[in-house]
Amino acid sequence: MRVGVITFPGTLDDRDAARAVNRSGAQAVLLWHGDADLKKVDAVILPGGFSYGDYLRAGAISRFSPVMNSVIEAAGEGMPVLGICNGFQVLCESHLLPGALTRNSDLHFLCRDQEIEITNNMTPWTTTFSLKERIVIPLKNGEGSFQCDDKTLAQLEDEGRVVARYVGENPNGSRNLIAGISNERGNVVGLMPHPEHAIDPLTGPTAQGLGFFTSILNSMVK
Amino acid sequence: MSLDTVAAAQSSPDTKQPFAELGLKPDEYARIKEILGRRPTSSELAMYSVMWSEHCSYKSSKVHLKQFSEKAPKSAALLVGIGENAGVVDVGQGYAVTFKIESHNHPSFIEPYQGAATGIGGIVRDILTMGARPIAVMDPLRFGPADAPDTRRVLPGIVAGIGGYGNCLGLPNIGGEVVFDQTYAGNPLVNALCVGVMKHSDIKLAKAAGAGNLVVLFGAKTGGDGIGGVSVLASETFDSSRSTKRPSVQVGDPFVEKLLIECSLEIFAEDLVVGIQDLGGAGLSCATSELASGGSGGMKVALDRVPLRDPSLSPEEILMSESQERMCAIVEPHKLPRFLEICKKWDVTVTAIGEVTDGNRLEITWNGELIVNVPPRTVAHEGPVYNRPMAQPAYIDKVNSQKVKLSIPHTATEIKEAVLKLAAAPNLADKSWVTSQYDKYVQGNTIQSHPEDSGMVRIDETTHLGVAISTDANANWSYLNPYQGAKLALAEAARNIATAGARPLAVTNCLNFGSPEDPGVMWQFAETVRGLADGCLAMGLPVTGGNVSFYNQTGTVSILPTPVIGVLGVIQDVRTRTPMSFDTAGLDLFLLGQTYEDLSGSEWAFLHGERTGQAPTADLAREMRLIELLLAGHAAKIFHAAHDLSQGGLSAGLTEMVLRYSVGAIIALENVGVALLSESPGRVVVAIDPKKATNLRELATTHSIKVEKIGTTGGDSLTINDCVIDLDELRHAHISTFPRLFG
Repeated sequence: MRVGVITFPGTLDDRDAARAVNRSGAQAVLLWHGDADLKKVDAVILPGGFSYGDYLRAGAISRFSPVMNSVIEAAGEGMPVLGICNGFQVLCESHLLPGALTRNSDLHFLCRDQEIEITNNMTPWTTTFSLKERIVIPLKNGEGSFQCDDKTLAQLEDEGRVVARYVGENPNGSRNLIAGISNERGNVVGLMPHPEHAIDPLTGPTAQGLGFFTSILNSMVK
Repeated sequence: MSLDTVAAAQSSPDTKQPFAELGLKPDEYARIKEILGRRPTSSELAMYSVMWSEHCSYKSSKVHLKQFSEKAPKSAALLVGIGENAGVVDVGQGYAVTFKIESHNHPSFIEPYQGAATGIGGIVRDILTMGARPIAVMDPLRFGPADAPDTRRVLPGIVAGIGGYGNCLGLPNIGGEVVFDQTYAGNPLVNALCVGVMKHSDIKLAKAAGAGNLVVLFGAKTGGDGIGGVSVLASETFDSSRSTKRPSVQVGDPFVEKLLIECSLEIFAEDLVVGIQDLGGAGLSCATSELASGGSGGMKVALDRVPLRDPSLSPEEILMSESQERMCAIVEPHKLPRFLEICKKWDVTVTAIGEVTDGNRLEITWNGELIVNVPPRTVAHEGPVYNRPMAQPAYIDKVNSQKVKLSIPHTATEIKEAVLKLAAAPNLADKSWVTSQYDKYVQGNTIQSHPEDSGMVRIDETTHLGVAISTDANANWSYLNPYQGAKLALAEAARNIATAGARPLAVTNCLNFGSPEDPGVMWQFAETVRGLADGCLAMGLPVTGGNVSFYNQTGTVSILPTPVIGVLGVIQDVRTRTPMSFDTAGLDLFLLGQTYEDLSGSEWAFLHGERTGQAPTADLAREMRLIELLLAGHAAKIFHAAHDLSQGGLSAGLTEMVLRYSVGAIIALENVGVALLSESPGRVVVAIDPKKATNLRELATTHSIKVEKIGTTGGDSLTINDCVIDLDELRHAHISTFPRLFG
């Protein structure tokens, strides 16, 4: 089981995502933004960071990189893709996911341990969670407020495509407390908080983030 | 303006030069002429003026700082000492760690966001330059009164700048300080610490050796930012009547710095450089003269090859520009193609601008004409040295002879009021408003960060080896007694390492003071350095480097003497660290160390507007025994928690402990007011299983440290004798201060 982890210029959490993949029992394969070759991976993670310095808009430049053409094509064929934080932003900019991530409502970067509820455990990234399971993983971003038009929001809700929701006070102004969504097919998931930083209580708030990585392993082995 | 070449300088000896405007004194200018045997060209004058500024030359502090070498304790751990970009210590298993703290005070007052951001950028490049991967940053900050309108401009900007730059680099921010005092109103202190890790064999030095090797500039293009920033911004007192000297704060681009870091680490890994230097204060003037001085001295540079963001820059401006995110490397010609390839991969601009020669002059040309021809050591290292007059300021005797007069709480109501007041005091209140703007998780190795006693990062995932760092200063004590203040800050930082179970290993420092031209300030500085050097000798901790920031004053009002001391320690297995607090009920709480009536310079005194009396006397032998006790207890696994007591004394310490995991405590104290408010140094509260009490008492006897049981953990209140404070009420007091002040 090979899971690709893409490094764009300015990506920061690539080593952490690779560590989480390896910890789950899969093999992390490092992918480079300038190389269209996906190296025969079974799934792809777009990690967090500030790709291209978030200049123009977060994720706006990365989506034009050679590797993203391959990711868009593979996603269309059903390959599981997970975008975390900046990766989520890239997926929205690439139109693999609807909506956009805008500045946090209080305009500050926010790093804290965040409780979220898993609201869809049918995607390949969430199968090991039970429905409505609550987990605590880090949230850290400046542009994490999920926004979309009313029609898209209704669609996301009606089709059960909201994958995770913030619990308690809205940390960033996201519509309907949305922390993560999927595409129609369910193989592409974007998540604002960081499961790769919650794989060991020694270095994160919990080990509950590991579920996203064991999920993909299980989905592929099945 | 026509080009001022060496030939022109020789033929026009009487040309008037603006040396005074560039910050040079007449005798300094005369000395430059003596060194060169002619008047300097305008480019040479630019170089000497920035390199001989206080910021770059340490001309007022040098005579004192040499004590750090003279009194240095023998340390097998020290691999690279003072003088390089940052000191390097051996932490075992083949790893070396480099760490350093620097100030970016003046730029941060003028332009808080960019000033603080580029402060991070500069210290990170210093660490990178040693060959290390930067792994964490910390930020000790000081501001004017918390409720002052200007603090609302300065603090949010500085915090956003640190976060904006550090977060984008992918460096976890693992701690620091936020302190308020009136004297910092016009002079906020923005100190930035960075720590990096490498293998011993990867250490890089700033030297240009080997004639024929190439001088390669890589990173951002050079622009007009920060021109004269070093000499003008860092060496002049702010004065409203001279607003013309307030331009030129550098602007940072963390994205370019991130690429520069990854690019440099790849270049280091392939062993492609002979020497390397970052471009910080004084830009190319500094990098070329220091690299050349580090080698035999000979270097030729074609300045017109420097890639420019602003093509209209003159050679003088290019030499002085402090554009950020630039590095200068010495590369053997046959390795250049690979060097260029790696730069291309990371989209980093790179240009060979010169070569090392076997002479001993630094020669710089502009379109083929010689504009600089100097012995580089005279620029980089042989600047002026001042033994400035100093005198104990008059206030010392006055404040020392006055006894501090404070109301001391006795009744349950008074105690509750005092505990809540301290919990909410801006200097002691919860700092999450600040720290939640910093990424503490990135890189996945952060073991401890705010609000623990120290920041701790893992450096090896397999062996679990880690390092802990704490930065501390107590400017109130330094004001009352700068000699003791420095020792006490050192002891506190070392204690904050040891509470987690890490062994203190080395020291860095950032010495923030007023004007060295004021004999009173100079005395404070000299006493501080003497105290720190004596303290480091007594505790066996070498100073690996540091930074001096003078001229932190507005008009005649100087900041409190503020030596920020950083101590780095090693822990063999980060999984065993002792946290600062307990998450279970039924543990015994013990106080280690002796409590005296140390209220002078305390937070309680500060809240009463009192800054009188005498600072405590540091007993470093006892501090070392306490550290050994903590390490022995950690090794024996008897501590559930250990927390240093400092500002705010036992009151603040207990508040922080019970709120950490929302587990209360029941405390019994004699002479309760003093017991809660005193800030006697060398004290730690530990939580242990009651069954381990005998072990603790034995350890305390062995190490001759006073130990007394003060209470037990549990419940949802902090109960002190007959005073009961509900945790919710205590939490509300503790966490609402910053949001109330800063939104």
